[in-house]
Amino acid sequence: MNCDEFAELVTAFLDDALDSSSRPLFLDHLACCSACAGLYGGFTATITALGELPAPGLSPQTRSRLMTAFQKLRDEV
Amino acid sequence: MSEGVVRVGEVTDFPPDPVIVAGLRSGDEEVFALLLDEWSRGMLRLARSYVSTAASAEEVVQDTWLAVIRAVGTFEGRSSLRTWVYRILVNTARRRGERESRTIPVSSVGGERPDGARPEGGPEGAALAGEVRALIEKVVGTLPSRQRAVITLRDMEGYGSDEVCEILSISPANQRVLLHRARAAVRDHLAAYYDGIGGP
Ligand SMILES: [Zn+2]
Repeated sequence: MNCDEFAELVTAFLDDALDSSSRPLFLDHLACCSACAGLYGGFTATITALGELPAPGLSPQTRSRLMTAFQKLRDEV
Repeated sequence: MSEGVVRVGEVTDFPPDPVIVAGLRSGDEEVFALLLDEWSRGMLRLARSYVSTAASAEEVVQDTWLAVIRAVGTFEGRSSLRTWVYRILVNTARRRGERESRTIPVSSVGGERPDGARPEGGPEGAALAGEVRALIEKVVGTLPSRQRAVITLRDMEGYGSDEVCEILSISPANQRVLLHRARAAVRDHLAAYYDGIGGP
Protein backbone atom coordinates (compact mmCIF):
# COMPACT_ATOMS: atom_id res chain seq x y z
CA MET A 1 0.00 0.00 0.00
CA ASN A 2 1.38 3.42 -0.91
CA CYS A 3 0.68 6.78 0.75
CA ASP A 4 -2.03 7.85 -1.72
CA GLU A 5 -3.90 4.59 -1.25
CA PHE A 6 -3.57 4.91 2.51
CA ALA A 7 -4.98 8.44 2.48
CA GLU A 8 -8.07 7.28 0.56
CA LEU A 9 -8.85 4.52 3.06
CA VAL A 10 -8.74 6.36 6.39
CA THR A 11 -12.52 6.79 6.67
CA ALA A 12 -13.19 3.22 5.57
CA PHE A 13 -10.75 2.02 8.22
CA LEU A 14 -12.36 4.14 10.93
CA ASP A 15 -15.78 2.75 9.93
CA ASP A 16 -14.37 -0.76 10.16
CA ALA A 17 -15.31 -1.18 6.50
CA LEU A 18 -11.97 -2.40 5.11
CA ASP A 19 -11.94 -5.93 3.75
CA SER A 20 -9.75 -8.53 5.42
CA SER A 21 -6.98 -8.19 2.82
CA SER A 22 -6.67 -4.37 2.98
CA ARG A 23 -6.87 -4.01 6.74
CA PRO A 24 -3.45 -5.54 7.59
CA LEU A 25 -1.84 -3.57 4.74
CA PHE A 26 -3.37 -0.38 6.12
CA LEU A 27 -2.11 -1.12 9.63
CA ASP A 28 1.39 -2.02 8.35
CA HIS A 29 1.59 1.25 6.46
CA LEU A 30 0.34 3.21 9.48
CA ALA A 31 3.04 1.62 11.65
CA CYS A 32 5.98 2.36 9.36
CA CYS A 33 5.13 5.66 7.58
CA SER A 34 5.38 8.71 9.80
CA ALA A 35 3.78 11.02 7.21
CA CYS A 36 0.68 8.84 7.05
CA ALA A 37 0.63 8.42 10.83
CA GLY A 38 0.49 12.23 10.95
CA LEU A 39 -2.31 12.29 8.38
CA TYR A 40 -4.22 9.67 10.34
CA GLY A 41 -3.82 11.70 13.54
CA GLY A 42 -5.07 14.74 11.66
CA PHE A 43 -8.25 12.89 10.68
CA THR A 44 -8.99 11.70 14.20
CA ALA A 45 -8.28 15.17 15.63
CA THR A 46 -10.61 16.67 13.00
CA ILE A 47 -13.39 14.26 13.93
CA THR A 48 -12.97 15.10 17.62
CA ALA A 49 -13.02 18.84 16.91
CA LEU A 50 -16.16 18.49 14.76
CA GLY A 51 -17.89 16.70 17.63
CA GLU A 52 -17.11 19.57 19.97
CA LEU A 53 -18.59 22.38 17.87
CA PRO A 54 -21.35 24.26 19.68
CA ALA A 55 -24.88 23.78 18.35
CA PRO A 56 -27.25 26.73 18.72
CA GLY A 57 -30.86 25.81 19.45
CA LEU A 58 -34.18 27.20 18.23
CA SER A 59 -34.97 30.79 19.12
CA PRO A 60 -37.41 31.13 22.04
CA GLN A 61 -39.96 32.67 19.64
CA THR A 62 -39.92 29.71 17.28
CA ARG A 63 -40.03 27.28 20.17
CA SER A 64 -43.07 28.91 21.74
CA ARG A 65 -44.78 29.21 18.34
CA LEU A 66 -44.35 25.46 17.91
CA MET A 67 -45.62 24.68 21.40
CA THR A 68 -48.71 26.79 20.68
CA ALA A 69 -49.26 25.02 17.34
CA PHE A 70 -49.02 21.67 19.12
CA GLN A 71 -51.58 22.68 21.77
CA LYS A 72 -53.93 24.05 19.12
CA LEU A 73 -53.79 20.87 17.09
CA ARG A 74 -54.54 18.80 20.18
CA ASP A 75 -57.50 20.97 21.09
CA GLU A 76 -58.94 20.59 17.59
CA VAL A 77 -58.89 16.80 17.81
CA MET B 1 -17.60 21.18 26.93
CA SER B 2 -19.15 24.61 27.00
CA GLU B 3 -22.51 25.33 28.53
CA GLY B 4 -25.59 24.90 26.42
CA VAL B 5 -24.01 22.33 24.14
CA VAL B 6 -26.06 19.17 24.01
CA ARG B 7 -24.54 16.11 22.42
CA VAL B 8 -26.89 13.54 21.01
CA GLY B 9 -26.30 10.18 22.62
CA GLU B 10 -25.59 11.52 26.07
CA VAL B 11 -29.19 11.35 27.12
CA THR B 12 -29.67 7.87 28.49
CA ASP B 13 -33.23 8.20 29.79
CA PHE B 14 -34.76 9.31 26.51
CA PRO B 15 -38.07 7.45 26.11
CA PRO B 16 -38.40 4.77 23.42
CA ASP B 17 -40.25 5.55 20.17
CA PRO B 18 -43.63 3.99 21.09
CA VAL B 19 -43.81 6.16 24.23
CA ILE B 20 -42.90 9.31 22.28
CA VAL B 21 -45.31 8.57 19.45
CA ALA B 22 -48.17 7.85 21.86
CA GLY B 23 -47.37 11.10 23.69
CA LEU B 24 -47.42 13.13 20.47
CA ARG B 25 -50.69 11.55 19.36
CA SER B 26 -52.37 12.24 22.68
CA GLY B 27 -51.11 15.85 22.77
CA ASP B 28 -48.68 15.46 25.67
CA GLU B 29 -46.86 18.81 25.79
CA GLU B 30 -43.98 17.51 27.89
CA VAL B 31 -43.20 14.89 25.28
CA PHE B 32 -43.26 17.42 22.46
CA ALA B 33 -41.08 19.85 24.42
CA LEU B 34 -38.58 17.08 25.11
CA LEU B 35 -38.35 16.24 21.40
CA LEU B 36 -38.04 19.89 20.41
CA ASP B 37 -35.19 20.45 22.84
CA GLU B 38 -33.44 17.21 22.04
CA TRP B 39 -33.52 17.20 18.23
CA SER B 40 -33.85 20.80 17.04
CA ARG B 41 -30.13 21.64 17.35
CA GLY B 42 -29.14 18.77 15.09
CA MET B 43 -31.99 19.58 12.72
CA LEU B 44 -30.88 23.21 12.46
CA ARG B 45 -27.35 22.13 11.60
CA LEU B 46 -28.53 19.65 9.01
CA ALA B 47 -30.94 22.16 7.45
CA ARG B 48 -28.03 24.57 7.11
CA SER B 49 -26.46 22.12 4.61
CA TYR B 50 -29.19 23.01 2.12
CA VAL B 51 -30.22 26.61 2.79
CA SER B 52 -28.21 29.80 2.75
CA THR B 53 -28.90 31.45 6.11
CA ALA B 54 -29.45 30.51 9.74
CA ALA B 55 -32.87 32.21 9.63
CA SER B 56 -33.87 30.10 6.68
CA ALA B 57 -32.72 26.94 8.50
CA GLU B 58 -34.86 27.93 11.47
CA GLU B 59 -37.91 28.17 9.22
CA VAL B 60 -37.14 24.78 7.73
CA VAL B 61 -37.00 23.26 11.21
CA GLN B 62 -40.24 25.00 12.18
CA ASP B 63 -42.02 23.73 9.04
CA THR B 64 -40.65 20.26 9.71
CA TRP B 65 -42.04 20.16 13.24
CA LEU B 66 -45.41 21.43 12.00
CA ALA B 67 -45.46 18.62 9.42
CA VAL B 68 -44.44 16.11 12.08
CA ILE B 69 -47.23 16.99 14.51
CA ARG B 70 -49.78 16.87 11.69
CA ALA B 71 -48.53 13.59 10.27
CA VAL B 72 -47.51 11.64 13.37
CA GLY B 73 -50.82 9.76 13.15
CA THR B 74 -49.53 8.17 9.94
CA PHE B 75 -46.12 7.18 11.35
CA GLU B 76 -45.87 3.43 10.91
CA GLY B 77 -42.59 2.70 12.66
CA ARG B 78 -40.84 1.30 9.59
CA SER B 79 -37.86 3.44 10.54
CA SER B 80 -37.03 5.04 13.88
CA LEU B 81 -39.01 8.17 14.69
CA ARG B 82 -35.82 10.23 14.52
CA THR B 83 -35.01 8.96 11.04
CA TRP B 84 -38.59 9.70 9.94
CA VAL B 85 -38.42 13.26 11.31
CA TYR B 86 -35.01 13.87 9.75
CA ARG B 87 -36.20 12.60 6.38
CA ILE B 88 -39.03 15.13 6.47
CA LEU B 89 -36.46 17.77 7.38
CA VAL B 90 -34.17 16.88 4.48
CA ASN B 91 -37.04 17.02 1.98
CA THR B 92 -38.21 20.36 3.34
CA ALA B 93 -34.71 21.83 3.35
CA ARG B 94 -33.87 20.60 -0.15
CA ARG B 95 -37.02 22.10 -1.61
CA ARG B 96 -36.31 25.40 0.08
CA GLY B 97 -32.66 25.31 -0.97
CA GLU B 98 -33.67 24.79 -4.60
CA ARG B 99 -36.09 27.71 -4.41
CA GLU B 100 -33.39 29.89 -2.88
CA SER B 101 -30.84 29.00 -5.53
CA ARG B 102 -33.30 30.22 -8.17
CA THR B 103 -34.14 33.48 -6.41
CA ILE B 104 -31.11 34.59 -4.41
CA PRO B 105 -28.11 36.03 -6.25
CA VAL B 106 -24.98 34.10 -5.37
CA SER B 107 -23.20 37.26 -4.22
CA SER B 108 -25.66 37.68 -1.34
CA VAL B 109 -24.94 34.19 0.00
CA GLY B 110 -22.16 33.77 2.52
CA GLY B 111 -20.38 36.54 4.35
CA GLU B 112 -22.62 35.73 7.28
CA ARG B 113 -20.82 34.94 10.50
CA PRO B 114 -20.71 31.14 10.94
CA ASP B 115 -23.32 29.93 13.43
CA GLY B 116 -22.01 30.17 16.97
CA ALA B 117 -18.62 31.50 15.92
CA ARG B 118 -18.40 34.49 18.18
CA PRO B 119 -14.98 35.86 18.90
CA GLU B 120 -13.93 35.04 22.43
CA GLY B 121 -11.77 36.77 24.97
CA GLY B 122 -10.23 34.93 27.86
CA PRO B 123 -7.02 32.95 28.06
CA GLU B 124 -4.89 32.27 25.01
CA GLY B 125 -5.94 28.63 24.80
CA ALA B 126 -9.59 29.59 24.62
CA ALA B 127 -8.88 32.19 21.94
CA LEU B 128 -7.00 29.59 19.91
CA ALA B 129 -9.80 27.07 20.34
CA GLY B 130 -12.26 29.74 19.22
CA GLU B 131 -10.15 30.44 16.14
CA VAL B 132 -9.94 26.76 15.25
CA ARG B 133 -13.66 26.40 15.76
CA ALA B 134 -14.39 29.36 13.51
CA LEU B 135 -12.07 27.92 10.86
CA ILE B 136 -13.79 24.52 10.97
CA GLU B 137 -17.22 26.12 10.72
CA LYS B 138 -16.05 28.20 7.78
CA VAL B 139 -14.70 25.17 5.91
CA VAL B 140 -17.84 23.13 6.63
CA GLY B 141 -19.85 26.09 5.31
CA THR B 142 -18.08 25.88 1.95
CA LEU B 143 -18.67 22.16 1.41
CA PRO B 144 -21.14 20.95 -1.24
CA SER B 145 -24.47 20.25 0.49
CA ARG B 146 -24.27 16.46 0.21
CA GLN B 147 -20.85 16.40 1.88
CA ARG B 148 -21.96 18.91 4.47
CA ALA B 149 -25.06 16.88 5.34
CA VAL B 150 -23.02 13.71 5.85
CA ILE B 151 -20.26 15.27 7.96
CA THR B 152 -22.91 17.11 10.02
CA LEU B 153 -24.77 13.94 10.85
CA ARG B 154 -21.78 11.65 11.28
CA ASP B 155 -19.17 13.81 13.00
CA MET B 156 -21.04 16.75 14.48
CA GLU B 157 -24.13 14.84 15.62
CA GLY B 158 -22.47 11.45 16.04
CA TYR B 159 -25.04 9.36 14.16
CA GLY B 160 -24.11 5.92 12.83
CA SER B 161 -23.59 5.29 9.12
CA ASP B 162 -26.73 3.13 8.76
CA GLU B 163 -29.00 5.88 10.04
CA VAL B 164 -27.26 8.52 7.93
CA CYS B 165 -27.72 6.43 4.78
CA GLU B 166 -31.40 6.05 5.59
CA ILE B 167 -31.92 9.75 6.35
CA LEU B 168 -30.19 10.88 3.16
CA SER B 169 -31.27 7.97 0.92
CA ILE B 170 -27.71 7.15 -0.14
CA SER B 171 -25.68 3.94 -0.32
CA PRO B 172 -23.06 3.11 2.33
CA ALA B 173 -20.29 3.43 -0.26
CA ASN B 174 -21.51 6.84 -1.42
CA GLN B 175 -21.87 7.99 2.17
CA ARG B 176 -18.28 7.00 2.91
CA VAL B 177 -16.93 8.85 -0.12
CA LEU B 178 -18.84 12.03 0.82
CA LEU B 179 -17.72 11.78 4.45
CA HIS B 180 -14.10 11.18 3.50
CA ARG B 181 -13.98 14.15 1.14
CA ALA B 182 -15.58 16.40 3.73
CA ARG B 183 -13.21 15.28 6.50
CA ALA B 184 -10.21 15.63 4.19
CA ALA B 185 -11.21 19.23 3.36
CA VAL B 186 -11.45 20.16 7.05
CA ARG B 187 -8.24 18.31 7.89
CA ASP B 188 -6.33 20.05 5.06
CA HIS B 189 -7.40 23.49 6.29
CA LEU B 190 -6.53 22.65 9.89
CA ALA B 191 -3.12 21.34 8.84
CA ALA B 192 -2.44 24.53 6.88
CA TYR B 193 -3.57 26.61 9.85
CA TYR B 194 -1.31 24.77 12.30
CA ASP B 195 1.61 24.97 9.84
CA GLY B 196 1.10 28.71 9.79
CA ILE B 197 1.23 29.12 13.57
CA GLY B 198 3.87 26.43 14.18
CA GLY B 199 1.77 24.00 16.18
CA PRO B 200 0.31 21.96 17.77
ZN1 LIG C 1 2.52 6.79 3.86
